[in-house]
Amino acid sequence: MKPLEQYSGIDWEAHPPYFHEPYRSTAKRSPQKPLIPIKQSLSELTGPVFGEDDLRPLDNDLTRNAVVNGEPIGERIIVVGKLLDDLGTPIPHALIEVWQANACGRYFHKNDQHDAPLDPNFKGGGRLLTNDKGEYRFVTIKPGAYPWGNHHNAWRPAHIHFSVFGHNFLQRLVTQMYFPGDPLMALDPIFNGIPNENGRNRLISSYAHDITKPDWALGYRFDITVCGPRETPFETKEV
Amino acid sequence: MSGQSPSQTVGPFFHIQLTTLPQENLIQPGTQGTQIIIHGQVLDGDRQPIDDAMVEIWQADANGFYNHPHDPNQTLADPHFRGFGRAETINSETNHYTFHTIKPGVVSDEDVPFINVRVFARGMLVHANTRLYFADENNSESNVFNSIPPERQHTVVATLVKNTAVPTYRFDIHIQGDDETVFFSP
Repeated sequence: MKPLEQYSGIDWEAHPPYFHEPYRSTAKRSPQKPLIPIKQSLSELTGPVFGEDDLRPLDNDLTRNAVVNGEPIGERIIVVGKLLDDLGTPIPHALIEVWQANACGRYFHKNDQHDAPLDPNFKGGGRLLTNDKGEYRFVTIKPGAYPWGNHHNAWRPAHIHFSVFGHNFLQRLVTQMYFPGDPLMALDPIFNGIPNENGRNRLISSYAHDITKPDWALGYRFDITVCGPRETPFETKEV
Repeated sequence: MSGQSPSQTVGPFFHIQLTTLPQENLIQPGTQGTQIIIHGQVLDGDRQPIDDAMVEIWQADANGFYNHPHDPNQTLADPHFRGFGRAETINSETNHYTFHTIKPGVVSDEDVPFINVRVFARGMLVHANTRLYFADENNSESNVFNSIPPERQHTVVATLVKNTAVPTYRFDIHIQGDDETVFFSP
């Protein structure tokens, strides 16, 4: 049997810790005992495989996939990006799922009690596959900021949630995309749970004029990087 | 070193997209193997059940093959079994997640059957990985199981609560606390 390619695994210097005091919900929901290291075996180096059969026609257009009686309200945007591993290699044919609040900062969810209007034509969910070059694209409405109960006058910066499957279970990532120039990022304990500025910057999309479609929608670019392959152990190199 | 995109919490509203399609039942027409039910709660540091958690599982088929190109035996894998499931805890009164699946076989580089488990929740900035081992297997033959301190091994063992035609296992996940589930760092 061919030795399995090993992966870099999660880089704990890039990711937030489980416990981040300013984000109050972490207090009772953060593992406190040391993680147990395990060898990367077949079980970690495999993962669910998704394909076109898993998608429905309007899954990548949130401005159209929940229309009841008209267009959703708000600023139409196009989000594009690449899914890469941490050696910069594109990851093709990977499933990405997105969800978000509407333009007013209200989620289409029974537990969201924010006093802002629901949009009957916007549910805020989508799914897509990366193409042969690891690229993805979807159309949506720019989400609004919204208040939450973490502390007095707490507001989440506008964001889109991303759930990413790479090609194995090690590459699984759930994250959030933020928008450039949002003053709420500096005040947000979830965003600032990320321990360093480089990491935080990686979650801020950039305005992409090349993607912006004249007379129609603004473009944003958001690349996503997950762990990638490293040297294969057990192989002897020629001297 | 790397430029990995940092993880962020799944938040309380992931149901809008992540659990809109039914993914709690991994069994399709034609799936081989012994059907089982797995359910349990996800508990916080005060041992309170979490009502907005999401659990994902990834498992081999009844013969221990993963339906994935890295498995050298993928061609032998059950074509009627993807091996991926996802469930949440909001819809049950007691905040249980539930999976209908089959008991996996032993994977070629392992010694006993198990299921890979990931847990996500509001308040978790990064998801956590664990494994579900079965109480009715010889888990002491597993190197990974044996690498867990003995006093914590029970946290990764699903108990057989109903041994009927479709056996039911219970697997509670303690995110934090004295009985904190063992989480792995592969």
